[in-house]
Amino acid sequence: MPATLATLDAKFPGAFATSAFRDNTRVEVAADKAPAVLFDLLKCLKDDRGFDFLADIAGIDYLNYPNATDRYGVVYALTNLATGERLFVKAFANDPDPALPSAVPLWAGADWMEREVYDMFGVVFDGHPDLRRILMPAEFTAHPLRKDYPLRGLGERHNFPTITRAES
Amino acid sequence: MPVEALPRLDDAAAGQEFLYTLNFGPQHPATHTTLRLILTLDGETVVKAVPDIGYLHSGFEKLGEDLDFNQYVTIVDRMNYISPFANEVSWHHTVEKLLGIEVTPRCKYIRTILAELARINDHLLCVGAAALDLGALTAFLYAFNEKEKIYNVFEAASGQRFHPSYSRVGGLMNDITDAVVDLIRDFVKTFPKALADLTRLLNRNRIFVDRTTGIGHLSKADAINTSCSGPVARASGVARDLRKDEPYLAYPDLQSTFKVVCSTDGDCYARYLVRMEEMAEALNIIKAAVENIPAGPVNVALNDKVTIPDKTATYRSIEGLIQHFELFMWNRQWDPPADEVYGATEAANGELGFYVVSDGGPRAFRARTRPPSFIHFAVFPRMIEGHQISDVPAVLGSLNIIAAELDR
Repeated sequence: MPATLATLDAKFPGAFATSAFRDNTRVEVAADKAPAVLFDLLKCLKDDRGFDFLADIAGIDYLNYPNATDRYGVVYALTNLATGERLFVKAFANDPDPALPSAVPLWAGADWMEREVYDMFGVVFDGHPDLRRILMPAEFTAHPLRKDYPLRGLGERHNFPTITRAES
Repeated sequence: MPVEALPRLDDAAAGQEFLYTLNFGPQHPATHTTLRLILTLDGETVVKAVPDIGYLHSGFEKLGEDLDFNQYVTIVDRMNYISPFANEVSWHHTVEKLLGIEVTPRCKYIRTILAELARINDHLLCVGAAALDLGALTAFLYAFNEKEKIYNVFEAASGQRFHPSYSRVGGLMNDITDAVVDLIRDFVKTFPKALADLTRLLNRNRIFVDRTTGIGHLSKADAINTSCSGPVARASGVARDLRKDEPYLAYPDLQSTFKVVCSTDGDCYARYLVRMEEMAEALNIIKAAVENIPAGPVNVALNDKVTIPDKTATYRSIEGLIQHFELFMWNRQWDPPADEVYGATEAANGELGFYVVSDGGPRAFRARTRPPSFIHFAVFPRMIEGHQISDVPAVLGSLNIIAAELDR
């Protein structure tokens, strides 16, 4: 792990911060640097450091989180299958147009994971081949896992268009 | 009347594609659960498959931000409802990692045994249903016969057959009784025969073998690139198993009792064989673990202030009463560090992970699930393209897509 962080430091000086909690090591890319740096950083980790397995992409909305400075966080859980090491790359994005570069060119598995983050949080992944909603219906307008979306919804269910038997 | 030559059919058809679209699901007996495939067919060959999911989306992750660490266990139960205890183990593994708790040795063993039983249950359903879709009804009935015995174990341990909700932060709802141990011992004794029956019914079954060999091929490079895990990845030659690579619970003690089952073929038959062998390995783990369950308490000590005290302690001691109160009042409860952690375990379908973000309060600020079904279903189009439409149930059956976990 120190070797990986040293490689990143040499290639992307000042572009990221590191933190650790329990057995998780995190590389955090700030919102202003992420659009330019994130893709190259993930590519470097994949090609140079052997993090060939993208375990997960998790979206987080940090609205009202204590001491948070950025609104959205997207966490890439990377695994090095040869050594079993895990590394978590966290990139931030902000309103009004939260956007990050897509990781689909690196991992095909990122396709649906990014679609889910887009669906649930509205973070746009530039360069994604098919960025559509995946779990919510296409005509849905909100992003339900955002913290400003209420638990019981905004009344979508009650206003859902219904067809009568005569119209069908 | 002068005869005019009609334009030749070939010319008229030159610019036309004779492809047609077939909706497979969301209500189709071979999908088993609520998922829809939009198939573009050329005759009977699948040219393109576009999965359309979300029919069963019920906002589990949103609920995870509203329910506390113990309440949410009832929801994770309903993700992969064929192996619910494996989900509970994974969820509380992550929560305990966040809180920094080490559960007691007895709890570790019980969780391990029940999680392995859940794995066998899941694999039995997958194998049985895959065979059923290809016309082999008998294997399905044999598999369900064994599933009943596993449900009996869960019922004896937790009082609930299908959704046990048995795990708690720092321990279990209650300790197991000797009756549960006897049921598990019985199962260990009788299951090898049932597994041998299943093997004889399917392994060399001409129709089953012909319909699964070479179908839905996934290469090792593709399996890694598309984030596959569990039996799907292992059938393609990725030798990764979190029980070996990141041992948790009682697995560090049980390393010598099981092997990681892999294949290099990467087709539906390989995935079937891997699941069958994994059941045998899981049984070895149970066999070793059930005879070595350590004595002692099943919950972490009362003064750690994380686990629900048993009823005797609640009613008869002031410490127990206080702790019960502390853990059930919505403004008190746990006191986790304001940080975030990813924890993963090897569930029946693959790496089941949770990314829990805490703001210091008793409920998760964000409870992200890494659902193996979701990731495996994304690979489905590249597995099926070029195969026949009758291969769709074979490939779906080999992936073991559980829609409740897929859509959450």
